[in-house]
Amino acid sequence: MSYTLNHLKTLESESIFVLREVAAQFHNPAILFSGGKDSILVTYLAKKAFYPASIPFPLVHIDTGHNFPETLEYRDGLVKKLGVKLIVGSVQQSIDDGMVAEEKGYSASRIRLQTTTLLDIIEKNKFDACIGGARRDEEKARAKERFFSHRDEFGQWDPKNQRPELWNLFNGRMQQGENFRVFPISNWTELDVWQYLAMEGIEMPSLYFSHKRKVFERDGVLLAESPFIPMKPNDVAEEKIVRFRTIGDITSTGATLSAAASMDDIIQEVAASRVTERGGRADDKRGETSMEDRKKVGYF
Amino acid sequence: MSNPQFEIRNSKSFDGKSYLDMELLRFTTAGSVDDGKSTLIGRLLYDSKSIFEDQYEAIKTSSEKHGDEYVNLALLTDGLKAEREQGITIDVAYRYFSTPKRKFIIADTPGHIQYTRNMVTGASTANLAVILVDARHGVVEQTKRHSIIASLLGIPHIAVCINKMDLVEYKEDVYAKIVEDYRLFATRLKTKDIQFIPISALNGDNVVHRSDKMKWYEGGTLMYLLETIHIASDINHIDMRLPIQYVIRPYNNGFHDYRGYAGRIASGVIRPGDNIVVLPSGFTSKVKSVELDGKKMEEAYAPLSVTVLLEDDIDISRGDMLVREGNLPRQSQDIEAMVCWMSDKPILLNGKYALKHTTKDVRAVVKEIKYKLDINTLHRVTENPTIGMNDVGRITIRTTAPLCFDSYTKNRDTGSFILIDEASNVTVGACMIID
Repeated sequence: MSYTLNHLKTLESESIFVLREVAAQFHNPAILFSGGKDSILVTYLAKKAFYPASIPFPLVHIDTGHNFPETLEYRDGLVKKLGVKLIVGSVQQSIDDGMVAEEKGYSASRIRLQTTTLLDIIEKNKFDACIGGARRDEEKARAKERFFSHRDEFGQWDPKNQRPELWNLFNGRMQQGENFRVFPISNWTELDVWQYLAMEGIEMPSLYFSHKRKVFERDGVLLAESPFIPMKPNDVAEEKIVRFRTIGDITSTGATLSAAASMDDIIQEVAASRVTERGGRADDKRGETSMEDRKKVGYF
Repeated sequence: MSNPQFEIRNSKSFDGKSYLDMELLRFTTAGSVDDGKSTLIGRLLYDSKSIFEDQYEAIKTSSEKHGDEYVNLALLTDGLKAEREQGITIDVAYRYFSTPKRKFIIADTPGHIQYTRNMVTGASTANLAVILVDARHGVVEQTKRHSIIASLLGIPHIAVCINKMDLVEYKEDVYAKIVEDYRLFATRLKTKDIQFIPISALNGDNVVHRSDKMKWYEGGTLMYLLETIHIASDINHIDMRLPIQYVIRPYNNGFHDYRGYAGRIASGVIRPGDNIVVLPSGFTSKVKSVELDGKKMEEAYAPLSVTVLLEDDIDISRGDMLVREGNLPRQSQDIEAMVCWMSDKPILLNGKYALKHTTKDVRAVVKEIKYKLDINTLHRVTENPTIGMNDVGRITIRTTAPLCFDSYTKNRDTGSFILIDEASNVTVGACMIID
């Protein structure tokens, strides 16, 4: 008999190893939950890693207030199903408290503001490790991330001076007030994620599947018609058959024209896709290194 | 402005289904500015149809902004602002692509000597190393250094790509001479599986498609090698080692007496009914069940993450190791190892460091610095050796508690450890245990 593992099993095993390291090395870790497929995957992997015990981390949702209603519905259902604790950090609250000011104009977004709310939640709850669903294949700055990514007391990432990460030895030692971001699914690609979710039969939010929705085009991105996005005078929303490849804040999540109605359809579509999933993200189009800039100051 | 060699992909050549059952191959590429490493990676990504339109558009726009005459594919791999500005690779970048046969992870590392530590990082988990040799220059110092690091880190396979064959008119004798030179040098390497491929990354010769300009070459292309090289036997399936990461004790109804020992199998195979020994305590027991997520398995092997239940209620915690009776690792407080140093403060004789080995944390004191290894020549410097940033050397340490370990050549997981500076908490040494 040959002892070989396929790539999905190899990735699953690696991610579970990382999640267990987090539980062992830190006192107060949390999962950053966005409602997207990557954080859903991380949550289900955590369930596997600790079964029959419950997931030893709360889910933290940084809520911009600009959500798809479907996202909140799915989030609440998942929390109930898995019996995990949910902590919501509200960007609206940060605005009301005067910690941040709302951006103005047609492309106003709360993406940057999320960082302040996130760092505030980390500090208040004294989280020493925040587990995220970022993948290295998503974006060029993320290609440089470690599994265990050290953050200084200001929550900043120093990409030029990262700790070497050797073999499977993850160094989570830190000073008082510092914390870690941990990325258990670093080595997964978008296709791996869908293949695995399909293989495991995990129920996914309806936004990922093709549906009718009123959308309009801005800077090459199809945005959903929503009270949170001011339309320009000549913006026209039209009903189209779309789905979302990524799910985030409604103001910056682009839809794609798609008839993919099942997990298998999505896998076929992703396998044949000609643009990356973040190609539809307005937040990444703000400059060549916008992700690196946001990450340095403490973004997800 | 166009780059005819690198067109964007039109469609994947395979559907999603065939993707399900593939092996994962991790390989490392090391190189510096001019040896064509970025071009080679670009070629692999392009010919496997892994460059996306928006990625291509983004690097095209930024190439124009930089005033480049052609689309600079290095921008695909160099992600950090400083890297883009300086046109160099500083840190390890990970790239992903797949073909219908395998999924690949490239650890793309800088080649300059000052980034040896990044090379070591990339090499630590690789199955294969791609070493680039410029056909015009032959085997140079950097070729040797990369090969020595690959060998030191126990990478089982090396693919030596003799690149820029187009610039030497695709001549067989140029290739043959380089192969001969490399073979002569490689007798000193531990890696036994070394293969040679004449390529032109720029024109795509023998990268994914066979070259019609080098009919004299009878071997396969680089892609063929990556897709077919046998890696399943690289994992040690003989010596069962399960370092315990975490003890699962649910506090919910139905699982009152449940004690699951969670960990990732470092090597070997574990089955229900196996007689095991817990180290370092020496207690023995029998495996009751091997499971994950409540699903029981008939057997499990490296590198699977599992939860193991035992017949007896014994005290086991993180840092302990389950092994099979009759096949024990070594146990000692005195350990000899090769170290690659990663801090600008040199290693301190009699200095104390935190040490991480499998899932165990101890402290260690450096008892002896035996020699420093010149990683360009393999020459040993024994007189007052100082091991500073990016240096490799041999040391002896003593730990506060015994470690259960194997030699690195037998087991990459139980044969490696890291040293951590106790003041700054930074990882400063990557160590490989010697027989």
